Amino acid sequence: MAKVSGAVVVDIEKCKGCSLCVEACPTLTLMLNRSVNNRGYHFCYMQIPENCNGCANCSAVCPDSCISVYRLRIVH
Amino acid sequence: MACVIEKINEIIAPENLVYAKSPLTNDDIMHYCPGCSHGVVQRLIAEVIEEMGIQEQSIGVTPVGCSVFAYKYIDIDWQEAAHGRAPAVATAIKRLMPEKMVFSYQGDGDLAAIGTAETLHAVNRGENIVMLFINNAIYGMTGGQMAPTTLVGQVTSTTPFGRNVDINGYPLKITDLIAQLPGAAYVTRQSVHTAAAVRRAKKAIRKAFEIQRLNCGTAFVEIVATCSSGWKLSPVESNKWMEENMFPHYPLGDLKDSKRADSGLYRIKSK
Amino acid sequence: MGELRLMKGNEVIAEAAIRCGCDGYFGYPITPQSEVMETLMTLRPWETTGMVVLQAESEIASIHMVYGGAGAGKRVMTSSSSPGISLMAEGISYLAGSELPCVIVNVQRGGPGLGTIQPSQADYNQATKGGGHGDYSLLVLAPASVQEMHDFVILGFELAFKYRNPVMILADGVIGQMMEKVTLIEQRPRWTNEQIQALSGGWATTGKTADRKKHVITSLEMDALMMEKYNLRLQAKYLQMKQDEVRYEVIDCDDAEYILVAFGSAARICQKTVQIARAKGVKVGLIRPITLFPFPDKIIAHYASNVKCFISVEFNAGQMVYDIRLAVNGVTRVEYFGRMGGVVPTPDEVEDALNQYF
Repeated sequence: MAKVSGAVVVDIEKCKGCSLCVEACPTLTLMLNRSVNNRGYHFCYMQIPENCNGCANCSAVCPDSCISVYRLRIVH
Repeated sequence: MACVIEKINEIIAPENLVYAKSPLTNDDIMHYCPGCSHGVVQRLIAEVIEEMGIQEQSIGVTPVGCSVFAYKYIDIDWQEAAHGRAPAVATAIKRLMPEKMVFSYQGDGDLAAIGTAETLHAVNRGENIVMLFINNAIYGMTGGQMAPTTLVGQVTSTTPFGRNVDINGYPLKITDLIAQLPGAAYVTRQSVHTAAAVRRAKKAIRKAFEIQRLNCGTAFVEIVATCSSGWKLSPVESNKWMEENMFPHYPLGDLKDSKRADSGLYRIKSK
Repeated sequence: MGELRLMKGNEVIAEAAIRCGCDGYFGYPITPQSEVMETLMTLRPWETTGMVVLQAESEIASIHMVYGGAGAGKRVMTSSSSPGISLMAEGISYLAGSELPCVIVNVQRGGPGLGTIQPSQADYNQATKGGGHGDYSLLVLAPASVQEMHDFVILGFELAFKYRNPVMILADGVIGQMMEKVTLIEQRPRWTNEQIQALSGGWATTGKTADRKKHVITSLEMDALMMEKYNLRLQAKYLQMKQDEVRYEVIDCDDAEYILVAFGSAARICQKTVQIARAKGVKVGLIRPITLFPFPDKIIAHYASNVKCFISVEFNAGQMVYDIRLAVNGVTRVEYFGRMGGVVPTPDEVEDALNQYF
């Protein structure tokens, strides 16, 4: 059985905490961080990284181009 | 926990990269408000230009308004036009350098109010340019005043009791007007509020640039967009408000997809 | 030796544009200069030199088309008459602010408002003091003959690119409509991409290549200190023009007790006045400013201590007279004579005016 696993990398200083990625994430992976970046924004992060399937919906809706997405097919 | 971090590190490897911002997009932090649609659309333009390999041919024309600084973010040559005049500027660039890929990028105030004449006449001449139109139904840069596309009843700083047709007239569907013009080859209305919509919008922008290569008329892409600062809603609430209120008046989809339709035009019989 | 022809001033603008290798003309019809575009459309230069000619939807669109073409490093121009130039004021300010080279022809008619279609020089202040918003100057050339209409198109493009600044040819309805013989230059080729690269490759939007940074044509700067710096650079450029580009013609001034100062067709009338007055023994001369900006103030100052009176003769309510007064700086008397609203004075009328100041 093959399982798709993903991960996102957020450019924390570019993130403005608009939370559109959080809304777009179908696997409830992303959340806004309680801490803030240098400009005071609650940046997004993978709260439940195990959930991420690398669908790239978050990066598609991100207005600030601050999300990179990785995906790996893991064969068990 | 250590196991999870290990696993993430395994996934985050260059060979597994699915999406990263285009190299044509620089690392500057955009000046737009959080959640602004401009950022998404400009990213899509950069991606399309990169994927088509047309960086050296592309000349962009920016407007006056929130997207006045669009030239900061995409690594191509740009001209910054006066308010509303981007289609005239783009017309000359394309006519003088037909081998270039020329596009204008305008908001609703720029394209549909102060620049209505330039917009309609550029399309009516069938200029072989791409025109991108960001319609968020408000003047963002100047602080949320009424735009030509502001909806009936919509509250703005110059319609504090809602847009009243008796005073302010009607929301202008300029894209519908443009679709009537023989010079328009491709007219579409898209949005970027969901991942699926973003992918459709990107396809539309790509198609618009492809059409420019065919020299068969103007390709016009409207993006129905949000302005959370102007609408005084959160970015997520803005998307909902847009779906509920903007889409009924500005329905998404292609309005025209054909080459210049001048074959059936009446021509005088003698000089 | 070029080709000798009998032509209208406006037609010559079109001929000179094609022959000097102009890349594009963008215009909108307005009397008394519509022959410029009509001639271009009849000559169809796009079939020979490849020059683009486009009738825009307004003067506003025309001037912004000029902006787009100039930003691409091309030699582009427009022409209009007074009310149309007012509409272009926005674009001209942007062109000056973005330091773009172009040629703008104003075949002046009487104003204000819709005014008249008869000749006038009432846009002197508008042309020489910028005309739009912000601190900027155009290089202003005032032709007094059909030959100069021709020559100044060529000179205009040279100066425009030398300074990266818009150049205005400030003609009037007389010069635009009258026919004279003119020697036309031989056809010159339009600039190649390589020539544009060599001349304007440092700033023009010719497409970003891997070996250079992107070019952005703009006049926008949010930082006030940077904007001030930018303004100082513009002012330095205008100062350079004042030092190097002043052009004028002096007729019979060395023994003159009275000097008429006039530009364009007013200077033609004054030339006759000088002849009439000289025949009567009056020592009168004429200074004809050819560049209105930069204004030939030094030559006026040079004669100031020798003359009893300067008389500025203009087809307006007295605009250039203030620049003469600044140049003279109180050393002698400076008066004005002119007609307005499209009325062209006769040489005798000017002589009568001159007689008042004896």
